[in-house]
Amino acid sequence: MILDIIITSLINGSTYALLAIGFSLIFGVARIVNIAHTAFFMVASYCIYMITRKLGYHPIVGMLVAIPLITLLGLICYKLFIDPIREHEAAVLISTIALAIAFQEIMLLIFTGDYLSVPALIQGYFTVFGAKVFYQQLITFIAALVILGALRLLLMKTKLGLAIRSTAQDREVANLMGMNESRVAMITMGISVALAGFTGAVVVPLTTVNPFMWLHPLIMMMAVVVLGGLGSIKGSFFAAYILGFAEAAVVFLIPMGAFLKGSVALSVMILVLLIRPEGLFGVAFEEER
Amino acid sequence: MKNLKSSLVIILAFFLIVTFCFPAWGAKTIKIGVIGPMQFVQGKGHWNGAVMAAEEINAKGGVKVGDKRMKIELVKADSNEFLSMTDATNAMELLMARHKVDFVVGGFRSEAVFAMQDIAMDYKKIFIGTGASHSKLCLRVAEDYDRYKYWFRGTPFNEKFLGKTAFIQLATVGAILKKSLNIPKVKVAVVAEKAMWVEGMIAAAKGFLPKMGMEVVGVWQPSQAATDVTAELSAIQRAEPHVIFTIFSASVGISFAKQAGELKIPAVLTGINVEAQKDGFWEATQGKGNYVTTMNTYARGVETNEFTKPFVDRYIKRFGEVPPYTADTYSAIVYTLVPAIEMTGTLDADRLVKVMEVREFKTPGGKVSYLKDKQGRPLHELKWGPGYLTSLGVQWQDGKLVGVWPNKWVAAKGAPEVTYKGIVPFKIPPWMIEKYK
Repeated sequence: MILDIIITSLINGSTYALLAIGFSLIFGVARIVNIAHTAFFMVASYCIYMITRKLGYHPIVGMLVAIPLITLLGLICYKLFIDPIREHEAAVLISTIALAIAFQEIMLLIFTGDYLSVPALIQGYFTVFGAKVFYQQLITFIAALVILGALRLLLMKTKLGLAIRSTAQDREVANLMGMNESRVAMITMGISVALAGFTGAVVVPLTTVNPFMWLHPLIMMMAVVVLGGLGSIKGSFFAAYILGFAEAAVVFLIPMGAFLKGSVALSVMILVLLIRPEGLFGVAFEEER
Repeated sequence: MKNLKSSLVIILAFFLIVTFCFPAWGAKTIKIGVIGPMQFVQGKGHWNGAVMAAEEINAKGGVKVGDKRMKIELVKADSNEFLSMTDATNAMELLMARHKVDFVVGGFRSEAVFAMQDIAMDYKKIFIGTGASHSKLCLRVAEDYDRYKYWFRGTPFNEKFLGKTAFIQLATVGAILKKSLNIPKVKVAVVAEKAMWVEGMIAAAKGFLPKMGMEVVGVWQPSQAATDVTAELSAIQRAEPHVIFTIFSASVGISFAKQAGELKIPAVLTGINVEAQKDGFWEATQGKGNYVTTMNTYARGVETNEFTKPFVDRYIKRFGEVPPYTADTYSAIVYTLVPAIEMTGTLDADRLVKVMEVREFKTPGGKVSYLKDKQGRPLHELKWGPGYLTSLGVQWQDGKLVGVWPNKWVAAKGAPEVTYKGIVPFKIPPWMIEKYK
């Protein structure tokens, strides 16, 4: 059973990690709490559904089209709804909630509440230590590792990454050093939404597409980010697997309480925060950043 | 000038009074509210069934109420009950207070229908439920008749009868597995969504299945909206059941069936899976829901009685799919409400209730008769059994949803065999045959 829990944790945790990394990035750099992050993931899923099921293309084509489209949508939304009010964090929070709900209602209008599905990139499953794992789940796990590696490379080895890290450390000083902080924030938003779109592409064959599919991942993503430490990508990565483990443990150890897996994971988050309020890898609260 | 102004005010006040105090003036229609989660298949079924009923009746000139004819006017109300109880109660209030409907049909989630029922009873409007199965909805009628007498169950029968039928179908499947695969004792995994209506059935399963000679290897309760149940499936696989007894009414039914089929778990999925009753289930699971069995009311080609095929065929022609059980708003209007109105010649709810609760009549789903409790108090609860309502067992077989039960079903010792026209044999998944043979 312990092997089942570990394998399930890795799979569930990978989904949360993919979502949380993108959210953490935009929050860490531009202090934007983008509640619509998982809504972009939902829109990407519908995009892939349209391309694969309605137009008949291969899921790879769906991914390759959906990710740039969603990124473009994200940038447009950022320019119109977030950038003008970026200094007011509460207003940004409310604006992104409204955006998420708007996306939901638009999808509901176009597709109704019918449950839809998208074919996997690789169909079938394999067995590891007696546990059956979908190939798509393996892709999700590998994708999480690849994305983390790629992001680390971007942030540590490129000029853009340097600009992003500088802006995350101190916006005003970064501006004074000649970095266009506003442009950096927009690029970061683009990367963040692209990650949401990529997550949609990788995860959607494992789930059911419907206009409300963004809600549960939002709660878990927020829990992961808070547990890992707001703005810490490394923290989000580890926290995702901790909460994935908590969920898997509930399902295997308390089958009748399987519906509580989300609540238990959130309780774990609260417990950790009571001991370490800044999260596992977060910076302790400072009055002025 | 002053006199003109005063006159205008008086005329305006007169028209306002006329508009708000005498709404029935010039009313030539019977307003029926159709309430349900309209963005989902269950609510669409509610609406489509009602539309078909209204179109048929209005095409014949309407309903005879005394010496005049009145057409049916439908009012759609989206309860959004999957997501918000407040929306559901608001929708019912709107039907009552703003639209001033004469009757209401619909409702799906028991939790929401309790609240909607109270509102309808406040306004003393007949409410025929066509979706919720909780027995307490009808117990209220017996316990407080004067308040709740306007409530009638249209479909499905209550969760106790649902459980009974599901167990009978499970026993049938178990017997087939024992005979075909030489399984000495059938092991059952019970998987039920977390919702109010399943709790009684889980308790019943734990109690009855051992008495039926089966072993319950575990009970799992994923969230009704769970989209990934691979963790649950891994745990279930470890328990090695021969049958997975499902109790689903929400979207988890799709995720579960799809992922179980993809993993080729060597067990039969049977029980209740409302999403598997839909034509769209095959596409939603991308064909992985093959061999999933569920209770249902209608299936292509299956005839419960002489009304079934004409109804199902007309519904398919009109809406392009087999009617879900919530489309029994059709029966609620055509066979329950309208005949009672024509018999009494009135829309008065109290007089209609007296007639409705003693009638026995056939509908496309079977014969309707209302039960009383042990003390003889009316329950307005549907009677279950051969000759009345039994529902069907349906199975997905290579892209087609076919009827597999009742097939030579003997309800009690000495009772005649029951097989509905159009029923075909049950099929065991080939990967299960491969494992056990």
